[in-house]
Amino acid sequence: MSVSLTQWLMDDRPTSRRQAVLGNLYRGLRAIIANPAALTGLVIVSLLILVALFAPLLAQGISPIDQDLARRLSPPSADHLLGTDELGRDIYARTLYGARVTLTIVFLVSIIVAPIGLAVGTIAGYLGGWVDRILMRITDVFLAFPRLVLALAFAAALGPGIENAVIAISLTAWPPYARMARAETIAIARSDFIQVVVLQGASTFRILFRHIVPLCMSSVIVRLTLDMAGIILTAAGLGFLGLGAQPPTPEWGAMVSAGREVILDQWWVATIPGIAIFIVSLGFNLLGDGLRDVFDPKAER
Amino acid sequence: MGAMAVNAARRAQGWTTAVLRQVTSFALSLVFTFIGLTAVTFFIGRLTKIDPVLAVVGDKASKEVYDNAYIALGLDRPLIVQYGLYLKRVLTGDLGISVLTSQPVITDLLRVFPATFELATIAIVIGVLVGVPAGVLAGARKGRLPDHIVRVGGLFGYSVPVFWLGLVGLFVFYGKLGWVSGTGRLDVFYEDIVTPRTGIILLDSALEGEWDIFWNAFSHLILPAAILGYYSLAYIARMTRSFMIDQLAQEYVITARVKGRSFWGAVWLHAFPNIMVPLITVIGLSYASLLEGAVLTETVFAWPGLGLYITRALFNSDMNAVMGGTILIGAVFITINLFCDFLYRIFDPRLKSA
Repeated sequence: MSVSLTQWLMDDRPTSRRQAVLGNLYRGLRAIIANPAALTGLVIVSLLILVALFAPLLAQGISPIDQDLARRLSPPSADHLLGTDELGRDIYARTLYGARVTLTIVFLVSIIVAPIGLAVGTIAGYLGGWVDRILMRITDVFLAFPRLVLALAFAAALGPGIENAVIAISLTAWPPYARMARAETIAIARSDFIQVVVLQGASTFRILFRHIVPLCMSSVIVRLTLDMAGIILTAAGLGFLGLGAQPPTPEWGAMVSAGREVILDQWWVATIPGIAIFIVSLGFNLLGDGLRDVFDPKAER
Repeated sequence: MGAMAVNAARRAQGWTTAVLRQVTSFALSLVFTFIGLTAVTFFIGRLTKIDPVLAVVGDKASKEVYDNAYIALGLDRPLIVQYGLYLKRVLTGDLGISVLTSQPVITDLLRVFPATFELATIAIVIGVLVGVPAGVLAGARKGRLPDHIVRVGGLFGYSVPVFWLGLVGLFVFYGKLGWVSGTGRLDVFYEDIVTPRTGIILLDSALEGEWDIFWNAFSHLILPAAILGYYSLAYIARMTRSFMIDQLAQEYVITARVKGRSFWGAVWLHAFPNIMVPLITVIGLSYASLLEGAVLTETVFAWPGLGLYITRALFNSDMNAVMGGTILIGAVFITINLFCDFLYRIFDPRLKSA
């Protein structure tokens, strides 16, 4: 039996669950690589993760929070690749470390929003009736809320900080996931294999979380990737207003805000972190569009 | 003949009932969502560490005064009763007193709202005038150069932070090129000359024939409005494009072409009228989100509207003002949102045959 790895992965009749899963991943990856825009997105997002992991190495040991008031607001040079800010901190190092803050926010929002949306959506879709009506009413109410302003009010009440910014964003970001999960659940619940599981006597809980939720996962992941740019921009907006990560944490939105006063004379202070925000949101947008094309060709816009 | 008239009458009646049902559903959603909004702002108000009693009596009050105020504010009552009182106050326009300006929050809001309205309205005009033709062009020329330009432009709009674009815009167009005026609504020496009849400076100055002031206001407005408009443009163009692609694939377009309509004639005279309804919804939705996007833009451009009012209140722990502003933006946002949804349902042709 000498079957090449590619053949094993592309096999139409996988013999194990592992082979099926890996095969699907491989096909998805090939589709993304074949799409230049999606590939660019994948590269940018991977770079973000690498930069976050190896920030100290890439910054060559320069601290993102050490101040050097004698050399404040100095332009880009060999010593300070991207110049220094109003407290003489190295902007290159701060931008690199800022990737960690952004990634933390992205990660935390994802693990809050996806479970809430999935739980509300699948329960509403599977149980139907009054439960469905009430849950969907609540979802619609939250869906009609202005996101940034509500996040603003929340962050204002709870006090500024990353955790509160994350809570505020999550609170306004879950409804689309609930709607999506509900629509998928209604379609899945009608299928034969669910009827079989019901006849076998599986509990509602087991049906929901072992059979329906896993099938909703791929669209949730695609949607999360597409939403990520918006989440990053909202988080940066909160940071810009001073309601996100607190100093001296290097957060990109707050860094842009710090450069506001000096934008006309020292443009680099505000410009560089803004470019970082832009590149990362662009990466998520490109990757999200690509993933949607791969997993859901019908939704091509 | 008779049967046809009866049929038409029955259809008209069916349509009226369907519309009435939509009106009821719209009103119900509006009420539900507003209750939800006030419940959330009430909840946020409870969460905050700022003591509402201290905000009224000050920190030098005696224990007795403090306790009296505590009871007068209804803080000893059950939460649900407190919420009821709160809802009643909000509905009567009582949003409390702003600590910062010592005026009723509602007065402040009415004063600053026209500035935001002016900014958002000019922005949506830019968004529609550029976004709709761009989207139609991209949809009609799918996969060609115009399509790629519109898509890249849209992608840029979706990815760039508005506050940063504002700063860079100020740096380039005000700082380097000097094409536009800087922050604020007017140059200092033009301020307080025109009587604020509507609060919309372009309108007020035009009414009084103060054209110097009009042009000065315009040069202050154009950059923030263009930047804000760019965001709705990106969204409007993207949606117009996808509506257009759907319509151009329909058979009636081919029929029109076979009958001898030119390509652009088929696009504008046959396909375009069919995308008007969903397009109006899209425009309404982006207008609502502009009011929100104005918060960040106003902060960058020191534009004295709702957004700047809220952020200023934030940093002075003026919770009444923050919550009042949130409720106002929320209420406008919700109303436009649900109204667009309602319009869409009413004008959906399938409703007529229902």
